[in-house]
Amino acid sequence: MPQGDYIELHRKRYGYRPDHFERKRKKEAREVHKRSTIAQKALGIKGKMFAKKRYAEKAQMKKTLAMHEESSSRRKVDDDVHEGAVPAYLLDRDNTTRAKVLSNTIKQKRKEKAGKWEVPLPKVRPVAEDEMFKVLRTGKRKTKQWKRMVTKATFVGAGFTRKPPKYERFIRPTGLRFTKAHVTHPELKCTFNLEIIGVKKNPNGQMYTSLGVLTKGTIIEVNVSELGLVTPAGKVVWGKYAQVTNNPENDGCVNACLLV
Amino acid sequence: MGMGGEVETQTPVQSVLCLLKDPHGTTLGSSMFLPCTVGPQHLQQIVNQLLNNEEMLPYAFYISDMELVVPLGNYMEKHKVSVEKALCIVYQPQAVFRVRPVYRCSASIGGHQGAVLAVAFSPDGQQLASGSGDTTVRLWDLNTQTPLYTCRGHRSHVLYVAWSPDGKHLVTGSKAGEILSWDPQTGKQLGRPLMGHKSWVNAIAWEPLHLSAPCRRFVSAGKDGDARIWDISLRKSLICLTGHTSAVTCVKWGGDGVIYTSSEDCTIKVWETLQGKLIRELKGHGKWVNSISLNTEYVLRTGAFNHTGKQYSSAVDMKKVALERYNKVKGKGPEILVSGSDDLTMFMWEPFISKEPKTRMTGHQCEINQVCFSPDGQWIASASFDRSVKLWNGTTGNFVATFRGHVGKVFQISWSADSRFLLSCSEDSTLKVWDVRSRKLKQDLPGHTSWVYVVDWSPDGQKVASGGEDRVLKLWMS
Repeated sequence: MPQGDYIELHRKRYGYRPDHFERKRKKEAREVHKRSTIAQKALGIKGKMFAKKRYAEKAQMKKTLAMHEESSSRRKVDDDVHEGAVPAYLLDRDNTTRAKVLSNTIKQKRKEKAGKWEVPLPKVRPVAEDEMFKVLRTGKRKTKQWKRMVTKATFVGAGFTRKPPKYERFIRPTGLRFTKAHVTHPELKCTFNLEIIGVKKNPNGQMYTSLGVLTKGTIIEVNVSELGLVTPAGKVVWGKYAQVTNNPENDGCVNACLLV
Repeated sequence: MGMGGEVETQTPVQSVLCLLKDPHGTTLGSSMFLPCTVGPQHLQQIVNQLLNNEEMLPYAFYISDMELVVPLGNYMEKHKVSVEKALCIVYQPQAVFRVRPVYRCSASIGGHQGAVLAVAFSPDGQQLASGSGDTTVRLWDLNTQTPLYTCRGHRSHVLYVAWSPDGKHLVTGSKAGEILSWDPQTGKQLGRPLMGHKSWVNAIAWEPLHLSAPCRRFVSAGKDGDARIWDISLRKSLICLTGHTSAVTCVKWGGDGVIYTSSEDCTIKVWETLQGKLIRELKGHGKWVNSISLNTEYVLRTGAFNHTGKQYSSAVDMKKVALERYNKVKGKGPEILVSGSDDLTMFMWEPFISKEPKTRMTGHQCEINQVCFSPDGQWIASASFDRSVKLWNGTTGNFVATFRGHVGKVFQISWSADSRFLLSCSEDSTLKVWDVRSRKLKQDLPGHTSWVYVVDWSPDGQKVASGGEDRVLKLWMS
């Protein structure tokens, strides 16, 4: 029998000590004093930890109090008109929120007017050539140094075939190739795993664009046909631009933000 | 083989044994021999003579649900029809006037602060009202294409707008469940809100004009599962039709003085209007019933007004004309009801004859959002979330054609007054006009920048109004 269980058995048989509740009450009453001593005495990391814990407790307590207050106080029923009006035939259908693609609202049009290339990441860190490429030494004596290996993530089209080694100046390692990106729709606040169609612009230079290098800030084109966006003429939008928001070579995945 | 073909073409069948029938299957005269050269024009003359019509009326001719456009001889050759049996030709009267298809946007009027959720032309086509997510109802001046009145009073989104068939009243239902009535001439609210529904109002239907001359009663369908009959002059709820166990999605007031309600509890109920007794319960659907439509629906909506735009001075006149028009459209047959459901099927009912469905219409691949009879009752159109609009025969329920072209869900459809064109609005931000005769896309109407929720073709055929998420009301002209 575990040690703590004896007391329970004893209590079951003989009941509590006559002064049990008295003692308990006193102990609880003294608790605050004890805590205060600890709070005053504790130094260094222990003090910090204690303060943090105490702060969290107090915040929680305030919240609880506010909640109780709210439940007991009387107030007017909120008559606010909810946003996002839908017709009666869509009211009971919950799938509408997902597909709420505000591809072209008035707000967005205004944004477009402001600047065509106003992107979520306006400035990117320039990447130097020696960071981007690694020099490979080739030849029998390893004296030739004309071959480069791309050290960043790349997108390589589906129909790509490598050139013979003699003519291949740039090597794009297969381990760093990506075909899909996690694209976040900024208005929907949700993320989709979409196929990359191509690299539209790498801010570091035209050469990187043509190589399909994916660095932070690169504009890529993604296949959004699953999202069901439509053009004003009522055609399905197939490709849309997105900007890479992470460093794919460090993270092992491409995260991007859709430019709407 | 080549020789045989030549011989046949050299000696074509000289005359064909034909039998003319009306859409309900009653024969016109006895079977007769017609020469092969007879085309639709000649047939039209024959039918007009046989029916002793004083004026020449236009007819369309169908052989086994295919429209006859060439002379009979060519048809026989093309389709290899046996000459042994009498050829059944079904004639269908066409509207004597023609509505031109809309093809341009004449105005896009801003003003609403929220999505436009309901649009309705008045029965005479002279006035237009719209309800929106900004809790206002707006009346529009159609001549200058500008806002006329802004009616404030609702507490929540305005979901449904309904004109009385005499055009004297406008009632609107909102998401908060209250119903307001407005004077369309001044844009003022009449009386206090009609309270009763515990949840939002899905649909409103007025009592047909030929049953009671100044329009007084209307019925509303609520999300709370009740349908309520209201009196506009007493300003109270007369009867509450309870019985549905789930939300009532659609309500229609039939021309014979009964009320049809469809519900999310998969049933359609038929009610008597004096005491609110349940007459029939039509069961068959497996999921929500989204929409119902009557073959006389259009004439019940427009009442006494027709394409000529004639106005009537007294209620008695209106009642008489409305009854005439109703009888003409209804014909001899009973009232036909069609229902569209979430279970991807449609049923055709004859509620006065049987509680079993007459036909089951299948083919859609997603939920059917709206079904709609054409103004002359010959066709049924159905709008579905599978991006297509389907056309069905209005008397037999046979499948006729599919209109494909939308790239998003089709939300609503509307017929032109002469039943020759169909208009659909969709999630893909366009409206499309479909030609019923050629079964093709007639006109693509882009212009909205977001989902188009509602569309209405005015009863006089001149204008189309549409509204959607982008908060503008667009008027389209022919």
